Amino acid sequence: MGAGHAHTLYRAGHSPVHTLPPQCKIAAVFCFVLVVVATPREALWAFGLYAVLLAAVAATAGIPAGLLLKRLLIEIPFVAFAVLMPFVAEGARVDVLGLSLSESGLWGAWNILAKGTLGVAASVVLASTTELRALLLGLQRLRMPPLLVQIASFMIRYGDVVTDEMRRMRIARRSRGFEARGVRQWGVLAKSAGALFIRSYERGERVHLAMLSRGYTGTMPVIDEVTASRAQWSYAAALPLTALAVCLTGWMLV
Amino acid sequence: MTGPAATPPSLQVSGLAYAYPDGHQALFGVELTVARGERVALLGPNGAGKTTLVLHLNGILEAGAGSVTVAGLPVAGANLAEIRRRVGIVFQDPDDQLFMPTVREDVAFGPAAAGMRGAELAERVHRALDRVGMAEFADRPPHHLSFGQRRRVAVATVLAMEPEILVLDEPSSNLDPASRRELADILRSLDVTVLMVTHDLPYALELCPRSVVLSGGVIAADGGTQELLCDQELMREHRLELPFGFDPRSVTAPV
Amino acid sequence: MHVPDGFIDAPVSVATGAVAAAAVAVGLRGARRELDEQAAPLAGLVAAFIFAVQMLNFPVAAGTSGHLLGGALAAILVGPYTGVLCVSVVLLMQAVLFADGGLTALGVNITDMAVVTTVVAYGIFRAVLKIAPNRRRTVTVASFLAALISVPAAAVAFTGIYALGGTADVAIGKVFTAMVGVHVLIGIGEAAITALTVGAVMAVRPDLVHGARGMTARRLELRTGTPATPGRTPAPAASPVTARTVTAAPATKDAPATPAPGAPRRSARRVWAVGLGAALLCAGVASFYASASPDGLEKVAHDKGIDTKTEDHAAKDSPLADYGVKDISDARLSGGLAGVIGVGATLAVGTGVFVVVRRRRADADAEAR
Repeated sequence: MGAGHAHTLYRAGHSPVHTLPPQCKIAAVFCFVLVVVATPREALWAFGLYAVLLAAVAATAGIPAGLLLKRLLIEIPFVAFAVLMPFVAEGARVDVLGLSLSESGLWGAWNILAKGTLGVAASVVLASTTELRALLLGLQRLRMPPLLVQIASFMIRYGDVVTDEMRRMRIARRSRGFEARGVRQWGVLAKSAGALFIRSYERGERVHLAMLSRGYTGTMPVIDEVTASRAQWSYAAALPLTALAVCLTGWMLV
Repeated sequence: MTGPAATPPSLQVSGLAYAYPDGHQALFGVELTVARGERVALLGPNGAGKTTLVLHLNGILEAGAGSVTVAGLPVAGANLAEIRRRVGIVFQDPDDQLFMPTVREDVAFGPAAAGMRGAELAERVHRALDRVGMAEFADRPPHHLSFGQRRRVAVATVLAMEPEILVLDEPSSNLDPASRRELADILRSLDVTVLMVTHDLPYALELCPRSVVLSGGVIAADGGTQELLCDQELMREHRLELPFGFDPRSVTAPV
Repeated sequence: MHVPDGFIDAPVSVATGAVAAAAVAVGLRGARRELDEQAAPLAGLVAAFIFAVQMLNFPVAAGTSGHLLGGALAAILVGPYTGVLCVSVVLLMQAVLFADGGLTALGVNITDMAVVTTVVAYGIFRAVLKIAPNRRRTVTVASFLAALISVPAAAVAFTGIYALGGTADVAIGKVFTAMVGVHVLIGIGEAAITALTVGAVMAVRPDLVHGARGMTARRLELRTGTPATPGRTPAPAASPVTARTVTAAPATKDAPATPAPGAPRRSARRVWAVGLGAALLCAGVASFYASASPDGLEKVAHDKGIDTKTEDHAAKDSPLADYGVKDISDARLSGGLAGVIGVGATLAVGTGVFVVVRRRRADADAEAR
């Protein structure tokens, strides 16, 4: 479920998209996706335009198409649900290729596929053009509570450390002949998980005391700032505003 | 004629006792005094409770009984902020200490937390990194550095706060001989009180004129490092051993 | 279960976003209160732990494996506020960094997977602990039940959100059944893993388990004597080391009973597991093969002609009426699922009743004294 998505998408680069301040990018992408979700599903052409828009941004940023497509595989469980929908939904039936499918189900499936895919693509564009640190700084600029940003920052800093520990435990287990084959071995795995929790917690305590030892008083001292100029905000706003125009046209024509 | 008011000892530990949460007691009444400017090695076998003792020095662990005083200031509640500026602890695992995304931010953390900003902050950071020879690595993320380099940056993070006493927990562990020497040079050049927890006896001899032995949860021996290392019975009693071929009498130890 | 964009319509996405934001704000305040200045690094490390442990593979059989969601585990280990916070951070970072879960669906995902699981789990956990004596081994049993209920609860919440804002025209009954049915099974896995993990932590650092606070106590021993000075003539037989005991502050309120040594911690859990398994087996599978012929009462009523006056039961139109699930035509699946859901619901209600009764009894006892 949450499994296996530990590889960050960031790809270094110097495109105009990369150099935009992070808060602009986050806001732009978020608004874009919101507009996409609010678009009526019957306006098929609108989604085509959205895809073109995103492709243009991705091209400007130098993101290879392969990366985008590979990441879309994350969607598979919901693709499955979408495919099932025409068979399972209620309402008027239509005949497609000899199968009796629900019309509203077909629309529903299209809705989910189109919007979900565009959402994932937009997220990928954001993640691959923005460094971890920048993302957090951007979120902080967007008024996310500082404590939350700190927590996220530590989670990211130590995410690899903890996953490494888990990997080392796994290697140690297997080196001693343990193979996790079924439910019987859950006890051992859970003990590893328990040990991992204790180690992570204790490390958190040690990090905390290292912070305290250097004068931490509860709020992160401000060391770096990211400011954005009006021009940069306008540049970033191009994406969601264009999308908004498409969306409104879509509503008018439906 | 009245003598000058004595400077309070950098560190004074009295009757310190402590037990871990699972019930196991580690310290049974530790008595230790370190004067200003001294360099003292805290020796003892693995599991003696050395790190536990260290964690009491800046109030991280709360003593079950006894007290700790730093330069006259007791380690308790209201004083903790100042205590933590005065006591600079460099931990064994640099990863615990380098928790910011870049080296520069890590070294800046301490002074920035005390309110320093702008050019003054940048100057302090640069000076600290310079003293440990890591100035060119300022913008790297910590996990891109080697272990020895991380150890040195960790020292820099503490130096940036200009502490009264520098407490090092196993500073030479996992370092290759060249890095060990570099670190020794750095430590020798500093003008702070040093308490070094180590079981690297030659290192202790090289850097610290005085040693104390923590064994059985109390300070079991206290005296000149060279004398201590030459006292074979004392060493044997507390499970201290010299590395293969090392003869403490053959070394001219610093005073 | 990470919902992508577009699955839930815009108004409901925004509304759940507000709910999620409020929950996270509450979590932040609570975490600051629970963890004080340690909030940031501890919550961050716990979040890193949850992130890592969600990737831990628990093989079930023949290539399938289970994964932990972690809401119940978080609530029990670090408390409800920090728990909600940590799982929310994990979900947030997964969406922003890995494009896992839609950005506009964050509200839904956080409400569903962080808030509902954690809060329900904590509620059940505390409820079970109130009934049973406050001992270490009950913590494992309580963890099991907490996690068991929390997963289907999340499925129910999801169905609720879907009912409000789902963009597809699938009958609610079908969604409910599919989601809750599957998640009752997943819940069993999550429950087992959670209970085992909590048990493992309890064995080593019971003080780290937020749910088990107040169950430890300790005394301290002091040894006095003068340190030896190296190089002098050996001191006369080492000055007698005297030992004094000092009780460590803070003392605990509960009577410091030493934990019962080796009492089979397994037996309670095994009974539960066997009982639950048997109930599920009967309700889910065996029931289908039960006879459909009218039972004693019905037969008598029919023979005597009494049953012409029966009225339809008020709940005959409910999704679970007649021991079947509406909209699922396959009788076996329908009956089986209904049975499984019934067991789960009974367990929850029964537990709730016990809590109320127990509390009343305790109050009555207190007053009587």
